[in-house]
Amino acid sequence: MSIPSFRPFLVLLFLPLLGLFLPGYAFAQENPYIVAYDHYLEEPGNLEIEYFSTFGTQRAGNDFHAFWMEFEYGATAWWTTEFYVDGQTTFGDSTLFTGFRIENRFRVLKREHFINPVLYVEYEHKSGADKILKEGEGHDVESDFLTHNAEARKEHINEIELKLLLSSTFKGWNFVENTLAAKNLSNSPWEFGYSLGASRPLALKASAKRCSFCRQNFIAGAEMYGGLGDRHSFGLHETSHYFAPVVAWNLPSDWMLRLSAGFGLNNNSHRFLLRWGVSREIPGFGSMLSRMFGGHR
Amino acid sequence: MRAHLASLAATAALLSVSMAFARQGKPPTYKYHKDALVYAELAKAPQKARAKRNPLQTDPDAVDAGRNLFEQHCTECHGDFAEGGRKGPSLLVGEVQNAEPGAIFWILTNGVVWRGMPVWSKLPEPQRWQLVSYIKSLGVAATDPGAGPPPKSPSDSAMDLPSPLR
Repeated sequence: MSIPSFRPFLVLLFLPLLGLFLPGYAFAQENPYIVAYDHYLEEPGNLEIEYFSTFGTQRAGNDFHAFWMEFEYGATAWWTTEFYVDGQTTFGDSTLFTGFRIENRFRVLKREHFINPVLYVEYEHKSGADKILKEGEGHDVESDFLTHNAEARKEHINEIELKLLLSSTFKGWNFVENTLAAKNLSNSPWEFGYSLGASRPLALKASAKRCSFCRQNFIAGAEMYGGLGDRHSFGLHETSHYFAPVVAWNLPSDWMLRLSAGFGLNNNSHRFLLRWGVSREIPGFGSMLSRMFGGHR
Repeated sequence: MRAHLASLAATAALLSVSMAFARQGKPPTYKYHKDALVYAELAKAPQKARAKRNPLQTDPDAVDAGRNLFEQHCTECHGDFAEGGRKGPSLLVGEVQNAEPGAIFWILTNGVVWRGMPVWSKLPEPQRWQLVSYIKSLGVAATDPGAGPPPKSPSDSAMDLPSPLR
């Protein structure tokens, strides 16, 4: 493992600790999805720092652990912007920084409706060694991950990703349906993908006492995601698909934990993906920065 | 390399715009004007929404549960005692305290997105009603001499109340 590739990894490991030293308190109450998105944006002025890991099995190759950090900022009540950095360790191979992403989500409608659309625009700059599987797209299959890191990292990918996020909330249930179109900015066709999800808190009423283990703090559900081919061969042929039960634990101490066990649904998919994440919301981050740079006190 | 620089420039630009949105250096009149626009949203609640009754009105735990939820989700903008903050208006004013519970529930559900209040439909319906119970209880506590101060409210909060509640 070379030192330059290890440094970003260290940064990734220690960035979540920032959250420990920042003041403020906000209870996230977020849905448990790791791939799918609902229509709820970050509260304006709040910053959410998130760390996610994916352990994946690999047939005919080495298993891997991919990880990413997200910095999610609520610019307004209708616009959330995010910055990601990601990396991976392939067991018996090496650890690499694999790229970064800039994501923006825009709420389209002023009020709540039965179906609520949100537009999603993302730019990704990543290497071919990226293994975070943040979405299923195109003809991505398990065998793509067999290339050794030293070789895969030489490929540089600049990609634009557009999504239409549809989400409904009904009697405590949340249902999401996301469709994706991604374009590698080199000469590649548009690729497509989808994700679906449903979740519900274990209790709908809040307890009169503040508690960590109350049922309303747990949200359980499931998500399914995969690729839909590309412009030249749209459909399920040579695509991978996953089904994953998910659970989130919203701690009153302002932390949130997510856990997901994903199962590949066909021979093109990894057999098993175990994902987990931890996040903390920092309220009033925008105002804090503004004051730091001489804004109104 | 060029792609790296372009991406960094794009990130910096996005951050700058976000910061511009977050800047608080606006005159006080702007805040009052903005608050008035948010209160005006209450009047836009449809009749069907206003007519909704709080199903937890008689639940003895609703106010306490609502207080917890308020502390978790609302104090950042509306202040620790709902007295109003830099980002959100006071909830102790007549516009809110005299509003039908259904109208407050409607605002919680739909937010006032273009004025900075996010939608809170991610909280299940019973929790939104618990919040309504708590918000309405602040008015009762502030106006009823026998009821004592609002929960966890400073003793001088009545002095800060707008005229309809004094």
